Amino acid sequence: MIRFENVGLRYGMGAEVLRDLSFQIAPKSFQFLTGPSGAGKSTLLRLLCMSLKPTRGLITVFDRDVVTLPKAELPALRRRVGVVFQDFRLLDHLTTFENVALPLRVLGREEASYRADVVELLKWVGLGDRMQALPPILSGGEKQRAAIARALIGQPEILLADEPTGNVDPPLAKRLLRLFVELNRLGTSVVIATHDIGLMNQFDARRLVLHEGRLSIYD
Amino acid sequence: MTDRAAMPARPGPLGRILGRVLPGRRRNAPAMAPIVPAQSIAGRSLMIVIAIMSFLACLTLGAVTLVRDASLAWQDDIVREITIQVRPVDGVDTVAEAKKATEIAASMPGVASARALEDWENAKLLEPWLGSGLDMADLPIPHLIVVELADPDAVDLIGLTARLNGEVKGASLDDHRSWTDRLKTMANATVIIGVSILGLVFVATVLSVIFATRGAMASNRDIVSVLHYVGAEASFIAREFQRHFLFLGLKGGLLGASGAAALFAILSFFLSRSIATPEGDQVSALFGRFAIGPTGYLGALAIALLIGIMTAITSRLTVYRHLASIE
Repeated sequence: MIRFENVGLRYGMGAEVLRDLSFQIAPKSFQFLTGPSGAGKSTLLRLLCMSLKPTRGLITVFDRDVVTLPKAELPALRRRVGVVFQDFRLLDHLTTFENVALPLRVLGREEASYRADVVELLKWVGLGDRMQALPPILSGGEKQRAAIARALIGQPEILLADEPTGNVDPPLAKRLLRLFVELNRLGTSVVIATHDIGLMNQFDARRLVLHEGRLSIYD
Repeated sequence: MTDRAAMPARPGPLGRILGRVLPGRRRNAPAMAPIVPAQSIAGRSLMIVIAIMSFLACLTLGAVTLVRDASLAWQDDIVREITIQVRPVDGVDTVAEAKKATEIAASMPGVASARALEDWENAKLLEPWLGSGLDMADLPIPHLIVVELADPDAVDLIGLTARLNGEVKGASLDDHRSWTDRLKTMANATVIIGVSILGLVFVATVLSVIFATRGAMASNRDIVSVLHYVGAEASFIAREFQRHFLFLGLKGGLLGASGAAALFAILSFFLSRSIATPEGDQVSALFGRFAIGPTGYLGALAIALLIGIMTAITSRLTVYRHLASIE
């Protein structure tokens, strides 16, 4: 699904922030990406979601080399990858419903064709009664669930989540983890970047540990 | 302010009409908020700039139309009249030569009439320089023959000149060609200057739109970033911005064009009221009725539409370039 081979990344002429990364994200797999702050977790996630290109090595996403991939083909590939940002990145002028529906709207689909799906997903993540609310008045947990719903609405094959439980209390973090596990059970590969040891201990999964730009894998 | 239901954001009449024809917004679709909010674009300032540009472009077009029409009218008047001059030559009866020249001219096809000016008419022509009470017999003044042309294209001026040179002593033909040539040159120069000014106005409009689009892209960086992550094509993102700019361009263009058209209509109205006054006659002599006519008004409308479309295309290309640079 996603394969890294001896990947390195540096910004400008600086030192490499990621070094010799080699790993695979298999279909229907579940993994935590962890490491101390500044280890490069967010940078690695940006490589995974194709918003950065490596300065060396090979990254293939769905068997396509991201370095040589024509720009015009990037959007189609990105639609197969759902991303949940640490800061949610919800659009404040759009309602929860419109935010979640955004990935389908950019495909040019009629609202009538996806309304039921969006409503169902919002109910699934517990936002059924907040569909017309604007993000500024949502709580941190509600924003997080809206961001997750937006990442899932396009039925991506892989979900990347950056600190998805960083802004929520432990009970909600547990509930969100259950959501990710359920999603994985339904066939989506999941990568959760977190430094919350407690969260990782709640579910036995592969761990990718970043330290000073190098990766250790604990299956 | 919590829910969208509490935030009525209905588009205006022009917005509703545009909403039906623009890509990306479909009929019968429930009102989804625009992905790029209108408030995030410096719309009012840009619209005023576009309105001013459109106003200047329409004024230029109107001025060029006026000068060209006036020039054509002058040329038409001038080419319908030629003058034959019979200079006094020693030992030759100038009156008889003038009569002969009149007959030759009158016999040419396409000539409506040929008439030698009477002595009193010549005296009147010279009065500003020589004063009144002249005895024309004492002065070696050429005889002038005014020839009115029914059809300027049918008159063989070269043949007439040859006949006059051969048969009439001291005769020469003035077909006012040097005047018409100067008028044509002036009219052409005016058109070229006008087109150049129009070009400059369009370039300034395009540059304003490029700056405004870049500003809009910068202030909506987060939205563009999210659209990228959810897999939006560059064409979709460009369309979201283009929609706003087409609307702004059309609105500004129509405002400016309406202002220019109103100005011409008001000037034309006041000129028509001042007919028979010396000032009015002078302006009328230069510019006719100061009316740009239906062609001028259609031209103003065309400029408004052109500016709207140009604004949309410019913003679209600017978005594409910006997206290509951040990929």
